[in-house]
Amino acid sequence: MSEAIPAQTVDTLLPEVAALIVEALNLEMAPEEIDPDAPLFGEGLGLDSIDVLEIALVISKHYGFQLRSDNADNVRIFASLRALTAYIASQRTK
Amino acid sequence: MNTLPLITGLGLDGMIAWLPRGPRRVRDFLADAEALAARLPAGHALLNMCHDRYHFAVGFAAGLISGKISLQPASQSAETLVRIRSDFPDVVCLCDDDFDTLDLPRWDFPDLSAADPQEVTDIPRIPADQVAAILFTSGSTGLPQPHCKTWGRLVANGRAEAATLGLGRTPHTLVGTVPVQHSYGFESTFLLALHGGCAFWSGKPFYPQDIAAALEAVPRPRLLVTTPFHLSTLLASGIDLPAIDHLLSATASLPAALAATAEARTGAPLNEIYGSTESGQLASRRTTEGPAWTLLPGVRLEQDADTTYACDGHVEGRVALSDVIELLPDRHFLLHGRHADLINIAGKRTSLAYLNHQIAAVPGVLDAAFFLPDDETAGGVTRLTAFVVAPTLDSRQLLAALRPRIDAVFLPRPAIFVDALPRDSTGKLPRNALQALYEEKIHHAIG
Repeated sequence: MSEAIPAQTVDTLLPEVAALIVEALNLEMAPEEIDPDAPLFGEGLGLDSIDVLEIALVISKHYGFQLRSDNADNVRIFASLRALTAYIASQRTK
Repeated sequence: MNTLPLITGLGLDGMIAWLPRGPRRVRDFLADAEALAARLPAGHALLNMCHDRYHFAVGFAAGLISGKISLQPASQSAETLVRIRSDFPDVVCLCDDDFDTLDLPRWDFPDLSAADPQEVTDIPRIPADQVAAILFTSGSTGLPQPHCKTWGRLVANGRAEAATLGLGRTPHTLVGTVPVQHSYGFESTFLLALHGGCAFWSGKPFYPQDIAAALEAVPRPRLLVTTPFHLSTLLASGIDLPAIDHLLSATASLPAALAATAEARTGAPLNEIYGSTESGQLASRRTTEGPAWTLLPGVRLEQDADTTYACDGHVEGRVALSDVIELLPDRHFLLHGRHADLINIAGKRTSLAYLNHQIAAVPGVLDAAFFLPDDETAGGVTRLTAFVVAPTLDSRQLLAALRPRIDAVFLPRPAIFVDALPRDSTGKLPRNALQALYEEKIHHAIG
């Protein structure tokens, strides 16, 4: 999935996705404080499954595609902000 | 000996489950359960962690017919598993995915394709007083508290729910977004199938598109068993939904506006269920028809001072409820919120006392208090705030220290650092003082 997306495209999109996450989850931090390569769950931002559904909703609104849990790449998609951004870049319809 | 059947309302050739590879008849299910029972190791307790609802059901039935108790903890934390190991030394953990059982003996769900459904001639009967399951709540101290469920009460619960929802006349296919191990999913996607003549979908759809696909995969009439949070994201997603014939919601109260939107979008009636792990399901209401709840058949409420107790029917013993309840005539009542100390976020429960104890134990924290703000957003999940006096810590360090101590849904969002808490002369923290502090800090941050 993400291999086909140029790293530069992902880098450009990163701040926008970070801002969406911070806004959707009401996180007490600035978007640029999210380490793009840190895990979004557990040790990183400590997100939970409620957050995943919130993020999925804003992604579908902003980028025009739906997440599915039967996607084998799911664990990888939410591995980090960078992985999520790469996935969005590869799937977006708007 | 009084016995009750494993399944009522379905014959051996009735459909009990729908899997991605097709339907399972009662006789297929029973053949699988018998085959699994013959292979399960000795021991009287089964920790059934199966993710697939059909695997869970086969594991539960196999345990039931061989006299094993199904252990169903509220959390899968390391602390809970250690506790279960010490209370049930011969426990075996039945798994169908890569769940980490730590030092519990793991037993993988086997291939049962050799089971012969034609050998099944009748539906097994189980002693009514056999303890079939132990459901655990997290308890105000954080230690898991066991609640024993006899087979007779579980059967009665399933039948009472089916009668209340009118499913006995028209069996539905049940699609659940909630885990089958927890009380609501256990009752409304499993017991309701066993004793309401229904079939269940084996999966647990998560994203809106998953829910649509699961509904599409099963025959009508369809009952979607969900929560206010899943329902609100499903509706907000704006995707096209397959036909839904009945909606069920529990774990938190559903805003009336969301209920009305859900009924308008689907054309299906929406029922809410009220209950608790300790008591089982107690009441139901059609949310769009008003705030009053109606008790399930056989269940009774009684009050003593500030506390309401549930008893009779399928309720085990006399159970104190954690909500403030106003009794009305004709088996109706109103809910007026929870007793102040108790917290329920997305169906997970804890108490402020426990959370405050945990945060106070973090090195560097001089004083701290968790606070649940009043502002409930429609269908959204209200998060906890924590006020913290900890001059040497920043928010990152505080969260890192809290993470191993409390479930992620209870982590403060945000943690607000203050110089002192608004304690009164007796050292207490009045809720209105915390609410004022919350408004000052949050509005300050926004403004």
